[in-house]
Amino acid sequence: MTSPIPGGVDCDLHPAVPHLTSLLPYMNDYWRDQVTTRGMTDLVSQSYPTNSPISSRPDWRPAQGKPGADLADMQKQALDRFGVRYGICNPLYGVQMVFSEDMQDAFCRALNDWLAKEWLDKDARLRGSIVIPTQSVEKSVAEIERCAKDRRFVQVLMLVMGDMPLGKRAYWPIYAAAERLGLAVGVHAGSAYHNPPTSVGWGSYHIEDYVAQATAFQTQLTSLIVEGVFARHPKLKMVMLESGFTWLPAYLWRLHKFWRGIRMETPWVDRAPLEIVRSNIRFSLQPVDAPPDTATLNRLFDHMQSDELLLFSTDYPHWQFDGDEVLPPGLSGDLVRKIMIDNPLATYGRLELAKETTP
Amino acid sequence: MNVQFRPEPSVSTSIKTAIADCDIHPARATKDELYPLLEKRWHSHLETYGIQAYHGMMEGPPYPKAQPNASRRDAWPPEGGPQGSSLSFMQKQLLDPYNVALGVLNPLATGQGLRNQDFAAALCAAINDWQIEKWTSKDKRLKGSIVVANEDGVTAAAEIRKRAGDPNFVQVLLLSRNVEPLGQRRYWPVYEAAQEIGLPVGIHAFGFGGNPLTPSGWPSFYIEEMVGHAQCQQTVLASLVLEGVFERFPKLKMVMIEAGFGWAPSLGWRLDKSFERLHSEVPYLKRKPSEYIRDHIWWTTQPMEDPERRDHLFQTIEWIGWDKLLFATDYPHWDFDEPSRVLPPGVSEANREAFYLGNAKKLYGVA
Repeated sequence: MTSPIPGGVDCDLHPAVPHLTSLLPYMNDYWRDQVTTRGMTDLVSQSYPTNSPISSRPDWRPAQGKPGADLADMQKQALDRFGVRYGICNPLYGVQMVFSEDMQDAFCRALNDWLAKEWLDKDARLRGSIVIPTQSVEKSVAEIERCAKDRRFVQVLMLVMGDMPLGKRAYWPIYAAAERLGLAVGVHAGSAYHNPPTSVGWGSYHIEDYVAQATAFQTQLTSLIVEGVFARHPKLKMVMLESGFTWLPAYLWRLHKFWRGIRMETPWVDRAPLEIVRSNIRFSLQPVDAPPDTATLNRLFDHMQSDELLLFSTDYPHWQFDGDEVLPPGLSGDLVRKIMIDNPLATYGRLELAKETTP
Repeated sequence: MNVQFRPEPSVSTSIKTAIADCDIHPARATKDELYPLLEKRWHSHLETYGIQAYHGMMEGPPYPKAQPNASRRDAWPPEGGPQGSSLSFMQKQLLDPYNVALGVLNPLATGQGLRNQDFAAALCAAINDWQIEKWTSKDKRLKGSIVVANEDGVTAAAEIRKRAGDPNFVQVLLLSRNVEPLGQRRYWPVYEAAQEIGLPVGIHAFGFGGNPLTPSGWPSFYIEEMVGHAQCQQTVLASLVLEGVFERFPKLKMVMIEAGFGWAPSLGWRLDKSFERLHSEVPYLKRKPSEYIRDHIWWTTQPMEDPERRDHLFQTIEWIGWDKLLFATDYPHWDFDEPSRVLPPGVSEANREAFYLGNAKKLYGVA
């Protein structure tokens, strides 16, 4: 087992919204009335059914309520236990599933304000991600600008399965705003379920959806790279969250090969895909989708050809590892430091900024 | 893809030993070449309504290819017709110079992926007859693939059983993109019939099933479609394993064609890890997902995985198994893999022989 070192950054924590009604105090009269009058139900996504084994480690599951809903639990089970200096909160509340852009906007605003008040205000180590109503790019940009005034927000958060491929030009104002404001853009596993979860339609099982997240990340990386997002926004950092990473080398071999063959189709892609990934894309550590033997893992790290790609994460409270085995076996001390401290600090420029201003 | 950089046709002489080419695409020379094999009513149907697939285009693909017919610029037959439509030119350009002892035909423009299932079945049956008449009966090195109306399992199974024992065919062919993931029960009659007549089922990347090409909708570019075949194939394989197809049909063998193989180890690890957590949802699976893949799946090699470092390639192949790879060129398509340039030095003679010929002969039962 590899031991964590103190002072790390946990880049993927999931504070849970207890219920849609928990957001009511953060909505205006109209939306409060809509939620109550229409009898709207809680927005739990099929991506993470509350009682699914992946949604919470058994020993992290509370006696009642949703896993991840209690700050004291998160402090004890993750922040204190792994000695982190910062923890980045990525709420996975199912606001993306909503179809009305107005409703989505209202819920996102409420969710972001809820996060600041109920979590960031209560533990100085916590940082936030801005959840945006992606069905409206205009409203997304406005929400980014509104929240970015609070320096504790370090990232914009989108789902890997949404309405359109993420490289599409329509989304570029979101990336321009993020780059301008020094925010990373995080892309997290999960679907808005506005499209079938695979390119061949709907499977039968939850496990299929979960396995398919990795392929969704692959198609999104292709879209982001070949549409030219990073030629236009060279300083933009994008972080693939709960994506897995063992698929990356072979994925890049294929993308690189086809880019060489047909780059005349996308002439603005001025660097090899591998170089773009090295400079602009990062991956959270968990889940480590590899067998637990040191030899295979070391080969995989060698195939990745960079020690700057991975960012430490517990994926709390999701069940990715047991005990304290958050780091895979056999990592060198140098790599542990990079994954836990150097790489996150280099990715999230606003982590340190927040200290300088009072929100 | 080397052809892209060397437009002059050139043929290596370094491969003297025989090889198997497990992905060759035969084409029709003329639009009405199939008519003698097709019932009259379908002639006028075709003229009137055309080919209606699960996408909007009446002609050509929704994502324009990089070259006409996605084919090598030097592959037009001298007597006319599209690339891959002339047996004599295929012999001259592919089978003879590369010493192809076994060539597996995978016809792509068939009845597969059509919305009209009766028309699909009629076209597939005609294409199967056409493979014998035009190709396999004329050159014994070539073997056909039984194409079937993929969305209608019962009709497809009947077409498969009709060809039982016919030495002209060595596999059943499906495309990867269908209306549903291929593990779904509507497709099980195909697997049952294939297992019964003892042929492997090949799943060739491509096709349209009406679903967007990504779980976030339609991408913009041809390169996204091409790279995306690897992601599509992963979800197809995950579906086959997780639906229990290999528990239900324990003798079934499948070939993943033209979708890469480098992603296989990672998919297996991810499946295994998810299965550890979620096996209660799929209790009929008796083994780890990666074990079904190891035992039931073969992989064609083109487009060959091409990492910067060859030790990465060799390690990946070791994770999959040297006994599971089947060499393919994808002739006459533009991303043709030339046999002499595919495998870097440093491979044992036994593995090299298995890769180029032995695995294919064993799987397809060809002496």
